[in-house]
Amino acid sequence: MQTFDLEAEGLRALNASLHAQAADTNQTVWEIVNPKGSHAIAVGLDAPIEVNVKGSTGYYCAGMNKQATVHVHGSAGPGVAENMMSGMVVIDGDASQYAGATGHGGTLVIKGNASSRCGISMKGIDIIVHGNIGHMSAFMAQSGNLVVCGDAGDALGDSLYEARLFVRGSVKSLGADCIEKEMRPEHLEILADLLARGGCDAKPEEFRRYGSARKLYTFNIDNAY
Amino acid sequence: MQDDPNGAPRTVPIQSATFSNPVNAEIRRAAATGIYDIRGGGAKRKVPHFDDLLFLGASISRYPLEGYREKCETSVTLGTRFAKTPIQLDIPVTIAGMSFGALSGPAKEALGRGATLAGTSTTTGDGGMTEEERGHSDKLVYQYLPSRYGMNPDDLRRCDAIEIVVGQGAKPGGGGMLLGQKISDRVAEMRNLPKGIDQRSACRHPDWTGPDDLEIKILELREITGWEKPIYIKIGGARPYFDTTLAIKAGADVVVLDGMQGGTAATQDVFIEHVGQPILACIREAVRALQDLDMHREVQLIVSGGIRHGADVAKAMALGADAVAIGTAALIALGDNDPRWEAEYNKLGTTAGAYDDWHEGRDPAGITTQDPDLMARLDPVEGGRRLNNYLKVMTLEAQTIARACGKNHLHNLEPEDLCALTMEAAAMAKIPLAGTDWYPGKPGSGY
Repeated sequence: MQTFDLEAEGLRALNASLHAQAADTNQTVWEIVNPKGSHAIAVGLDAPIEVNVKGSTGYYCAGMNKQATVHVHGSAGPGVAENMMSGMVVIDGDASQYAGATGHGGTLVIKGNASSRCGISMKGIDIIVHGNIGHMSAFMAQSGNLVVCGDAGDALGDSLYEARLFVRGSVKSLGADCIEKEMRPEHLEILADLLARGGCDAKPEEFRRYGSARKLYTFNIDNAY
Repeated sequence: MQDDPNGAPRTVPIQSATFSNPVNAEIRRAAATGIYDIRGGGAKRKVPHFDDLLFLGASISRYPLEGYREKCETSVTLGTRFAKTPIQLDIPVTIAGMSFGALSGPAKEALGRGATLAGTSTTTGDGGMTEEERGHSDKLVYQYLPSRYGMNPDDLRRCDAIEIVVGQGAKPGGGGMLLGQKISDRVAEMRNLPKGIDQRSACRHPDWTGPDDLEIKILELREITGWEKPIYIKIGGARPYFDTTLAIKAGADVVVLDGMQGGTAATQDVFIEHVGQPILACIREAVRALQDLDMHREVQLIVSGGIRHGADVAKAMALGADAVAIGTAALIALGDNDPRWEAEYNKLGTTAGAYDDWHEGRDPAGITTQDPDLMARLDPVEGGRRLNNYLKVMTLEAQTIARACGKNHLHNLEPEDLCALTMEAAAMAKIPLAGTDWYPGKPGSGY
């Protein structure tokens, strides 16, 4: 295992070292100590490595991740795993705003709560939140899955496209064009897989599914506010 | 007009300047349809512009350079502040961001070919990077937009610069729209959207708010790309002094400033015509911000919005820009609104020169469309040749003016080379009114 002291060696050296890992590297496990809320930790990774961040992170941890598994042993600041392409990001604590924003793929697991705009504009990422999520989550979400084991805040799924939203608890309010939809067997199957990947012990049958009413898909003045 | 039955003269019919025929036609159209007008392009209204400035030329105190024989450099380097690999361009005229989706694949290829032949850069747009433009663009700027359609780290690393789009001159504060007619299979796949829907692009970024966040976002992008790429920030002509100041504070290498004459693929006409400032009113304010922070020339300034010929290039640079960008003019060079398609423009209810329904995807010139038959009308090789010719002419024109002002580099043009024809232009550009040494607001003048 490689141990990297972020406070001593600096952010540029950290990301340069992680970027230098080839697909067949034998330095597959990294531990980052003293993150102390730094921004842009482990961004732009593109190798099948495992990075353990021993503490909390600032903005954009694991941004644009490909292939790598990044595990934050603390809480994450805004934009964790933003625009992730593949791989896995796990947050042991809570995540701030915009978690998983615009993510194209991969899996983001938040074991605590996520703040507002979780999954905003998501494009294929799977996000599993063990706790609650804040307002305006999944705004303009295009594809992928958002699983919330707790409650969702106001305006869930506003202007939603084809992303699937699964919420076990309450939804304070639905955003424009977001509606509750029938949970069919194929959705239960998808959800069971997501819960297993997220390490959740919740049961698929406890969730409700939300999706797009598709009324905003065609530009129509009657849909304007 | 006949006199009345008693033989007295009658008042001649007078059209209202306020309720003109075009205004009344729009009222009738709105009343009939219940929807606002959507169109492409930039502001069509007449606004103070570079035409309202003139160069003074040489005199006893300023001697000129020979028009053909003495060197007048045109090169520009962009991104010298932080990027390890700044962009070197042969000419200070770049191609502005225009999306694949709004434009056809062959049109994007033609822009790349023409820009490369001329030694300048071209820019992606909302919708991601296509192989056509990467493959044919020696220098390609990759836009980082609120929608993040097609955004990925591989394209970030294979571009030559990153342009974070905060605003656009045609619609500062507005997001994009691409109507269903242009969402082909390929466009839908690149944007991860259902085919045929009317697509909206977000008006603000999803994961940062304000200049403090933007500074951290830039840090992330630099870390992902190893601090190699220049990072531009594009702003619309809203509050150029403050926006430029904040862009510099956030860590921009280059500020791109787009006035209201700059085009869009599609938005509401009311937005295009009534939001944002003319580019003439923006440049000196942006330069003032750069100078106040001692960053003029260290952070480069690219201006766009209504640049048409070498005189506009020279005037923009004399006001303090390091380079300009063209969008609409580049499309015209490729063949947009060409009278050769007049019969087809007529069928669409318009005429060459006025066609602006780019969002409908029925462009007779085959540029702003995804229709395979129409797209085939544009030969990207010939389009590239035409664009290169046009860029060369613009450069030669700008050099002609610079030499006449005694400058051996376009960058040496300066405000004192100019005078203004109107009070408005004098005030906006802070250039003395012709025949005077005064402009409105000149410090110490009392006015």
